Amino acid sequence: MTAATTEQVMTINMGPQHPSTHGVLRLLLELDGETVVKVTPDIGYLHRGIEKLAEHKTYHQFIPLTDRLDYLAPMSNNLGYALAVEKLLDIEVPKRAQYIRVIMCELTRISSHLLWLATHALDIGAMTVFFYCFRERETLNDLFEMVAGARMNLSYIRIGGVARDLPDGFIEKTRDFVNDFMGRLRDYETLLTKNKIWLMRTKGVGVISAEDAINYGLSGPCVRGSGVRWDVRKSEPYSSYDEMDFIVPVGENGDVYDRYLVRLEELRQSNEITRQAMDNLPDGEYIADIPDIVLPKKENLKQSMESLIHHFKVVTGGICPPAGEVYTCVEAPKGELGYYIVSDGTKHPYRIKIRPPSFVNLEAIEKMVVGRLLADVVAVIGSLDIVLGEIDR
Amino acid sequence: MTEDVTIGKRLKAKFPEAVIGGKSFRGELTININKDYIQRAAKFLCEDSESDFDYLSDLCGVDLSRLERSNNFEVVYHLYSIKLNHRVRLKVKIPASNPNIDTVTNIWKTADWHEREAYDMFGIIFNGHPNLQRILTPEGFEGHPLRKDYPLKGRQPETLKGIYREGKQ
Amino acid sequence: MGIETVFGDNILTTNIDKVVNWARKNSLWPMPFGLACCAIEMMSSVAPRYDLARFGAEVFRFSPRQSDLMIVAGTVTYKMAAVTRKIYDQMPEPKWVIAMGACASSGGIFDTYATVQGVDEIVPVDIYLPGCPPRPEALIHAVMELQEKIKGESVLDNPDR
Repeated sequence: MTAATTEQVMTINMGPQHPSTHGVLRLLLELDGETVVKVTPDIGYLHRGIEKLAEHKTYHQFIPLTDRLDYLAPMSNNLGYALAVEKLLDIEVPKRAQYIRVIMCELTRISSHLLWLATHALDIGAMTVFFYCFRERETLNDLFEMVAGARMNLSYIRIGGVARDLPDGFIEKTRDFVNDFMGRLRDYETLLTKNKIWLMRTKGVGVISAEDAINYGLSGPCVRGSGVRWDVRKSEPYSSYDEMDFIVPVGENGDVYDRYLVRLEELRQSNEITRQAMDNLPDGEYIADIPDIVLPKKENLKQSMESLIHHFKVVTGGICPPAGEVYTCVEAPKGELGYYIVSDGTKHPYRIKIRPPSFVNLEAIEKMVVGRLLADVVAVIGSLDIVLGEIDR
Repeated sequence: MTEDVTIGKRLKAKFPEAVIGGKSFRGELTININKDYIQRAAKFLCEDSESDFDYLSDLCGVDLSRLERSNNFEVVYHLYSIKLNHRVRLKVKIPASNPNIDTVTNIWKTADWHEREAYDMFGIIFNGHPNLQRILTPEGFEGHPLRKDYPLKGRQPETLKGIYREGKQ
Repeated sequence: MGIETVFGDNILTTNIDKVVNWARKNSLWPMPFGLACCAIEMMSSVAPRYDLARFGAEVFRFSPRQSDLMIVAGTVTYKMAAVTRKIYDQMPEPKWVIAMGACASSGGIFDTYATVQGVDEIVPVDIYLPGCPPRPEALIHAVMELQEKIKGESVLDNPDR
């Protein structure tokens, strides 16, 4: 768009309470007419002190706190943390647990992308998509409730495996969902992908080049939309992702429309991965069998004295990993989610630093909206897919 | 693992005084860097074609006062190369009484907000940073929360409540 | 209204009470003050399965000047506290507040330097709704409880609380 034509610049405040900011984000916009001259994000309205709280909890007690970071994809956060602690402890997770983790993480990715699509479309004006996507999310929430007992904030993944085995009937219900989902995706595509209004609002908006994207530290669909073929599941596979067959979609121009196409394709790929994981689900244990670290099974607690004693010791004494530090990252729906854990050998972590993808993605907003109109700011925020719980921790 | 050793060796060959130590734990390479060389070492690692660390994953601070009984902070950089698919961790120790270190925002723009957060949480000052201000804590907040001597419940609930009871922002 | 000075407390005002309260409770216009995870369950309660619009709460306006119910969903931090008070003050009377979730009711699991231990330190709350996050059915129950509470109000009450 054109550069500033007059000398008068108006500063307006967008947020923290605003329908389109996806949470409590405040943007200080300097506008020349409708054109954005400068944008300064002001974050910290949801800063709850999770990293400080981590230093006072044991390693197991921190798992529910990880759920509340990116609350749209809770099991990805759990998985990242569990992988980091397992690396520190140097323990092996059984194959069945790894496949269950893959199924749950991919279902979580589908749920998160559906909510992204619902709110992004709602901001741009397409309200029907919101209701359709939430209908799918309700089916997913039913599946989560079958497995873990809660719809959101599940804390299902534990250190060493998962909390309990998959219940009867879960695989059939998930298969029904997976078979239905491709048809639903086609519905969303007919509504949006070739829609003239959608194309005019999203094509050419919020462009960022590949070199800038890498320099600004973008990850996930934001960097893939600019053409960089990088996915942590492929480059540094974890939890049996190297046995799954899927492609990594990339865009060309790095605009809002390309990021939309990348995420839609990721929905299809996640569907495929879930189907493969269910078809090849091995039998075996759902959690590792290491007495000092992993809680014993509930069935054994009622009969065996040793199980009772070691349950008591693990809960009160906590697990004590060796002193050292690790950094593990997983491919969360928003991007590269990293956990840096420093341990001093006691039952409380010394320092946990969470590398949130949305925090880093939001830095690039200045590059994407300067020179565009005010309405494009809303489209760009939607395409970045930010979650304030993760940004502010 | 031989690749990790190569990265350390190349850095030491180029800047012999920069590298103070290094180790490998659970398959991850950590290099301890001298505080005065961090900008040069980071630039070398970013531009050299054999290390090619074009991506800064994370930058954070750690308060070492209870870990090593020394009054030091540590700034930790996690670097990743997208093309060559390898990672390295750089650590720089700085004294808590004078926590100054050069910024790396001229090399990786993503370091901007990470450094602001390290300043907010620990009080580490990054020389040359374009906009070093608090980013997560509210207006009127005093102290640096993630330091080990800062209590969990905070020191100022009364004054902060006063700020909002009067309606100031 | 000058009614109470003219008519006093008798059958005319109790009938006016019934009509006014019936109108107010069946058309509560919520303003979702969604801060954190509870906001997602609030969105789910508007979605097709747990439709909150059946209870009159159809119009989810984000503008405080056009709403009468503020649903505080999520953790309130000290940085956000001044904003919360400002938005509450911008709402016209009569207004009600539901504190949704453990964080809004009492600070939740975040007992730290940055979190206000319950939004009732900032605004007066009518209904507290526990849960982390509460199910959409629990939110609907809270709205129904609030409707019961409104039924018991009177035009003779002093509006300045």
